[in-house]
Amino acid sequence: MNSSAAIAPVGETVVIEKPVLGSIIDRLWRDGYTVVGPTLAESAIVIDQVRAIDDLPIGWTDDQEAGTYRLRRRDDRAYFGYAVGPHSWKQFLFPPKTTLYSIEFRADSMTVKPNVDPVPSYAFLGVRSCDLHAIEIQDRVFLHGPYVDRQYQARREKALIVAVHCAVAASTCFCESTGTGPRAVRGFDLALTELESEFLVEIATPRGAAICDGIKSRPAAGSDLGAAARIVDKTRNSMKRSLNLNGLPDILYQNLEHPRWDQVAERCLSCTNCTMVCPTCFCHALEDVPSLDGASSEKIRQWDSCFNPDHAHMAGGNNRPDIRSRYRQWLTHKLASWVDQYGVSGCVGCGRCVTWCPVGIDITEEAAAIRGDQP
Amino acid sequence: MTTTQSTSPGPRTVQGADLPEDDPFLPRPAYVSEIRGETPGITTYRIEFADPDRAACYAYEPGQFNMLWMPGIGEVPISIASAPDEGPGILHTIRATGRVTNAMTSLKPKSPIGLRGPYGRGWPLKQAEGRDVLVVSGGLGLAPLRPVVLALLANRERYGKVILMHGARTPKDLLYDYEYESWSARGIETLITVDRGDAAWRGRVGVVPVLFNRVTIDPKRTLMMTCGPEVLMRFAVAEAIAREIPAGSIYYSLERNMHCAIGLCGHCQLGPDFVCKDGPVFDHSQTARFFSREHF
Repeated sequence: MNSSAAIAPVGETVVIEKPVLGSIIDRLWRDGYTVVGPTLAESAIVIDQVRAIDDLPIGWTDDQEAGTYRLRRRDDRAYFGYAVGPHSWKQFLFPPKTTLYSIEFRADSMTVKPNVDPVPSYAFLGVRSCDLHAIEIQDRVFLHGPYVDRQYQARREKALIVAVHCAVAASTCFCESTGTGPRAVRGFDLALTELESEFLVEIATPRGAAICDGIKSRPAAGSDLGAAARIVDKTRNSMKRSLNLNGLPDILYQNLEHPRWDQVAERCLSCTNCTMVCPTCFCHALEDVPSLDGASSEKIRQWDSCFNPDHAHMAGGNNRPDIRSRYRQWLTHKLASWVDQYGVSGCVGCGRCVTWCPVGIDITEEAAAIRGDQP
Repeated sequence: MTTTQSTSPGPRTVQGADLPEDDPFLPRPAYVSEIRGETPGITTYRIEFADPDRAACYAYEPGQFNMLWMPGIGEVPISIASAPDEGPGILHTIRATGRVTNAMTSLKPKSPIGLRGPYGRGWPLKQAEGRDVLVVSGGLGLAPLRPVVLALLANRERYGKVILMHGARTPKDLLYDYEYESWSARGIETLITVDRGDAAWRGRVGVVPVLFNRVTIDPKRTLMMTCGPEVLMRFAVAEAIAREIPAGSIYYSLERNMHCAIGLCGHCQLGPDFVCKDGPVFDHSQTARFFSREHF
């Protein structure tokens, strides 16, 4: 063993008293990370900076249904006793609005200046399994195609991820059926299971190990691992919704004129909420914003949505002029063509689009309706 | 046809030589070196890179497109209308129809413009070797097919019978009409039609698909490439299928909204494909399920 002997080795699982998580948060800030995680704001649990352990929504939970989200006090002081809220980590890796480059121009010349703003090192605290899968999916979009998105890459490489195995499922959760949770299996540096008065901590990477170096912990016993497994099992068994992905791409492709598209179009407001809260939706618009003096311009990248009327606008007219065609584009992309494009479904079962749809359209219901009696 | 040409070789300072090679979003400084009015509302621009090294390593295939950036206004995908040996620079034939293309009407020789590309999958010139080639276009759809015509002419002996069917609304709208005679003389059966004639017009009147009745097609030998308004392509594909040209020998270039041109922004999807990187040229066996499906 070398000088790193004091660091808990990768692959080890330890147990810490709950307040020790506060020391880990302090350590992350000291090491230069911007720690972001669940916090209470605007009557919801959103992702924002976590300066200290008290910033977490301790003792709170969320009641979610299609079109409904309410905070509620728990009768304990659980740190992670809630499901996912309207935010996801994509807002940090793929921010809603960024400058790609600026250009200065004169009558006879131009100078292109790439955006070289320093990229923050984020520590994501409390990432659920569905969202780990979502990050992996956006990696496929932005990193693993023929063109690499440099801004996404810079943010992604720096990010440290502390996962949490889910102890509760919202009624809108269905990750069990999509194979994306509730237990986090990969893509994290540390993973926590919230036990009664302690956290079980799985140390998955050298970066995770470095953060845990010197913290007060004890080795995990068999009974700790058993308790942790039971918590995730209970979450898994409590899920009410499911989405049958089996053969779904072909079923959707074969039903592009199904009457259900007309029915859902009568309810859908084309408001874009589902695409904004979806942790995998990646559509974005590139726009030029000229300076007032007309001597320069910035190229802005902004989240876009296939529910925006402009999304399919071309010189020859609008290719998707009605809500039926926009909803069909969203659902067939998410559940069918996504598989052709990236090898996996675009849905991670987080249920956000169900909860945050103002009229309560439920992706699991819509897919089941199109599937009909087909197995 | 009016032509404006710059007399000096563009800006003196070399711009864009120091840009990172690996950022696919960055446009490269370029400038307009020649402007040619074509038909009403349509203009051809010759565009050259400011950095000669960039120009030297720029290579493209017929059917590919560039993103052209108008300072402070925006970017548009425009297909390449020139053959690789027609340098210097690249020809783009553009209809003033949107915010960016309308702004382009203010371009003058030496005006700066940003260019990135080339992007996409081009026409199947290799697969066409040894076969009869049917080129079918309408209106501005001839622009991305012009480099195909020139490539077929440059290596005429490699191909069997070559037929061009092209149509426009009126005789005034016939794009590149000053070239038809030479194409025809050099071995391309060139059939031209207009929707509406005028007093001076002595040629055919009617829509392009009707021209299929004027030619003899051997479906086993024929490969079709078509570009134009989607309705024209839909009928051209139907005519080809009616004559038993296999779907895998039918190629078309599709238009979709594009912002990034590199498969990231999501706008140009057509089912499983991103038109920008998997197209814009598709063969019908690949895309039949989604081609011309209303509002898809």
